[in-house]
Amino acid sequence: MKMITAIVKPFKLDDVREALSVLGVQGVTVSEVKGFGRQKGHTELYRGAEYVVDFLPKVKIEVAVSDEMVDGAVEAITTASHTGKIGDGKIFITSIEQTIRIRTGETGAEAL
Amino acid sequence: MSPELIEVKYALDTFYFLICGALVMWMAAGFTMLEAGLVRAKSTTEILTKNIALYSISCVMYLVMGYAIMYGGSAGGYLPDVWFGNIISNSTAEEVLASNGDIYYSGASDFFFQVVFVATAMSIVSGAVAERMKLWSFLLFAVVLTGFIYPMQGMWKWGGGFLDAAGFQDFAGSGVVHLCGATAAIAGVILLGARKGKYTSDGKVNAIPGSNLPLAAIGMFILWMGWFGFNGGSELKVSDIGEANAVADIFVNTNAAAAGGLIAALIASQLLFGKADLTMAINGALAGLVSITAEPLAWTAGYATLIGAIGGTIVVFSVLFMDKIKIDDPVGAISVHGVVGIWGLLAVCLSANDSATLMGQLTGIVVIFAWTFVTSFIVWAIIKAVIGIRVTEQEEVDGIDASECGLAAYPEFVK
Repeated sequence: MKMITAIVKPFKLDDVREALSVLGVQGVTVSEVKGFGRQKGHTELYRGAEYVVDFLPKVKIEVAVSDEMVDGAVEAITTASHTGKIGDGKIFITSIEQTIRIRTGETGAEAL
Repeated sequence: MSPELIEVKYALDTFYFLICGALVMWMAAGFTMLEAGLVRAKSTTEILTKNIALYSISCVMYLVMGYAIMYGGSAGGYLPDVWFGNIISNSTAEEVLASNGDIYYSGASDFFFQVVFVATAMSIVSGAVAERMKLWSFLLFAVVLTGFIYPMQGMWKWGGGFLDAAGFQDFAGSGVVHLCGATAAIAGVILLGARKGKYTSDGKVNAIPGSNLPLAAIGMFILWMGWFGFNGGSELKVSDIGEANAVADIFVNTNAAAAGGLIAALIASQLLFGKADLTMAINGALAGLVSITAEPLAWTAGYATLIGAIGGTIVVFSVLFMDKIKIDDPVGAISVHGVVGIWGLLAVCLSANDSATLMGQLTGIVVIFAWTFVTSFIVWAIIKAVIGIRVTEQEEVDGIDASECGLAAYPEFVK
């Protein structure tokens, strides 16, 4: 089991959700987050004074999938959220030690 | 004139006066929304409280003494004949008929129209000292400005005092209302200091963006609308062809000047900063309105647009200049009402108003500025020495809403 954490542009959220649904992913967790990457935010202007917006709004999508679905899910997210412009985001993959479905007590891949 | 005609004209002029007064009253809402939009979320409850309270204090103080000082005595001079008391009185029907139209509106309608002007002057102060002044210190100052400082200089001009005798021209109050309010504000800001973090020691100006620009935009439009009452009502009469034409000209010119000011400020900000700056454009419209207030009648609409456009250009540079000399004015009130108020008063000399002289206008500007600055500075300094005018640094960081009002304006937002 793997946890896929994708940081993407907010307006790409619906596309990513759609792509993951097509693959048969059963659930995702979405958070509105802020952060910066290599561009370190951007500048805005207020009454003639420039100021730096350090943290840009992003959406964080967390998807837990079985090992065999990882490559497909990553490709789906990448394709759906790609614009080719600065700030498209990143995907992190981590291992999951255990999964438990609270309602039934099922564990492992069955709980995904 | 036949009695019926006198009665109808009296009713019409009184009605016009009252409606214009109600429009000017509505400017209090405009200032409130403009200021609430241009401060941070954590200072919003306090600025709303300040605005509704200052309006009400203005109404009480002007009734208790302001109106008596400004209009209670016979014309002329430096000091008022009457200092206190409710001097509102309506003429009887016999008196109105006997005057053959010389008395053409109700005395109470005159009070109503005047009292909403005082509130406008005081509203100007509140934006400039936003986000760091103690609420009750501000309200204490409002008592003195609306009860004494404003009515004194108002009497010198509109009460028939020495400024009026000197030929000073100020139709609806670029000086008496706007310059007075802005001058009181600048005296306060000097003693108060800038918001924490606005200016760094290396001379850099940090932007502190307003929390709600839609509110600021509607605030501008409310003020723009209210200004038709401000300038239009100052004609005092509408009930014959000449006066009706004059009122219509004033509405057209007032509107034209605001439009000119907005466009000029928008273009100036685009050229200076490379971006169309919304809050500068809002200041530009208000600057256009202030520019035309000293003489909204004796122009063609084209010239009125130009006068407003010059005001709108001045305001952009003035806002930048105030930041350069570290006068922190979150809403630009000192630039809009003070610097551009002076421009409006000087511009009267360029109009078809032949009574205006450069000397007369300069006299008015210097007297209003000196009087308001000195008295305001003394009052602010006394309040500062006795109860303080500024919240603590920690209270400012946490937000003045929490320390002064104990209530957040947007409780569901994460800071």
